Amino acid sequence: MHLADAAPVLGQVEIRDRSEASCISENKLCPGWIVDNFDRYTDPLAQHLYLTVTSVVIGFVIAFALALIARRRRWLVGPIVGFTGVLYTLPSLAVFFLLLPITGRGSTTAIIALTAYTLQIIFRNIVLGLQNVPEEARDAGRGVGLTDRQLLWRVELPLAIPDIVAGLRIATTSTVGLATLAVFAGAGGLGEQIISGSNITFKTGVVAAGGLAVLLAFALDVILLGVQRVLTPWRRVQPA
Amino acid sequence: MIEIAGVVSDFGDALDFIFSTREAQTGGVEVGGLSEVWEFTWEHLKVSFAAIGVACAIAVPVGLALGHAGKGELLAISLSNVGRAVPSLALIAFFVAYIGVGFTNVMLALVLLAIPPILTNTYVGVRQVDREVIDAGKGMGLRPHQVVQRIELPLALSSIFGGIRTSAVNVVATATIAPLAGVLTLGDYILSANVYGPDGRLAGAMLVAVLALTVELVFAAIQRAVEPRGLQTTT
Repeated sequence: MHLADAAPVLGQVEIRDRSEASCISENKLCPGWIVDNFDRYTDPLAQHLYLTVTSVVIGFVIAFALALIARRRRWLVGPIVGFTGVLYTLPSLAVFFLLLPITGRGSTTAIIALTAYTLQIIFRNIVLGLQNVPEEARDAGRGVGLTDRQLLWRVELPLAIPDIVAGLRIATTSTVGLATLAVFAGAGGLGEQIISGSNITFKTGVVAAGGLAVLLAFALDVILLGVQRVLTPWRRVQPA
Repeated sequence: MIEIAGVVSDFGDALDFIFSTREAQTGGVEVGGLSEVWEFTWEHLKVSFAAIGVACAIAVPVGLALGHAGKGELLAISLSNVGRAVPSLALIAFFVAYIGVGFTNVMLALVLLAIPPILTNTYVGVRQVDREVIDAGKGMGLRPHQVVQRIELPLALSSIFGGIRTSAVNVVATATIAPLAGVLTLGDYILSANVYGPDGRLAGAMLVAVLALTVELVFAAIQRAVEPRGLQTTT
């Protein structure tokens, strides 16, 4: 901001506003409009974040429990992968409406569908991670007198973290994308800014909402990578 | 108990919508019934398979070339990560807003959606081929294009079809929102509930779910079938 006298500054603002209005009325891509109207995206963005994080967290808890059960009973891996595979294949949009007679409209329905979608990716990666633990590491753990439970929590799970996080990253990125459909389940999110009213032909709005979803996916991905780095300090010493 | 009965009767009404026509909510025209269901299913399959076909024609040769040369790993791998981050709804909306509605535009949007998994899987499939097998082929006097045709492609085929399977399921799921762009797939039952009513919407959800599962099963079977017989014992 430099201090010129007031009139030219006002003039400038007016000119910018007018060009922006004409940009919008001609339905072009108007970055200035996105900046000025960003507040209309904050609530949908927050809903989107809520839907994604809740679904991935619940999905992780369920998949983790299933993986621990399958660790002792190996024959369960096949059936669990098969069942969660069916959930993964069902299109979310269909699941929203299949659930509608049971759970009604709203974020519960959206979260159930999105959670169901994450299960297979996360389950597979936890199982894979536990399988990839070197037998020597297990032997060393047993050698220092760890019980089976201690072996799991102190040796196997920490060593499986990179695989588990890889699964969470895929699940999270996909869920951000699918959560744009949550608007059809009446759960809001960024999809609302894409399809409600005549939004779908509003170029600037489509780019803004879609762009925010992509940015959200990348931001969550970076956070998960950071979590992995913090949880696996030994990997920083000797990059594999 | 009443709730369960209500849910069951909702699904029963939806089945009824699939098998017999009725008057539209908006009045005048007949909707539902097997012939209309088949019409939408056919449109759904047409736009999906056109997209998968075009995506294969682009992604498989590129993936084979990159994999054979061992170049562009970053592109081949990160493409599918970036692809996952772009919401399919935003992709369709982008095409509607910037290019327009209609069959070709929806198909192109679906092509963009289908390319990354096929390209990545083709690349990874080729790179996974044992170097010694390739060296043995070269030792027998195979030329580079013969190495691709006779060794790398057959050995990567299962991985390639794995990618096609992922894309196919994804594309069929996304084709559900194609009515937003003027292509009347099965998704129209879901998206135009004001015409088809709640029974039609639930019927649409059931049909889309069954279609996606069928596509998954068919492509899983193809993936198993194309695996060279010598490799099939190792699952």
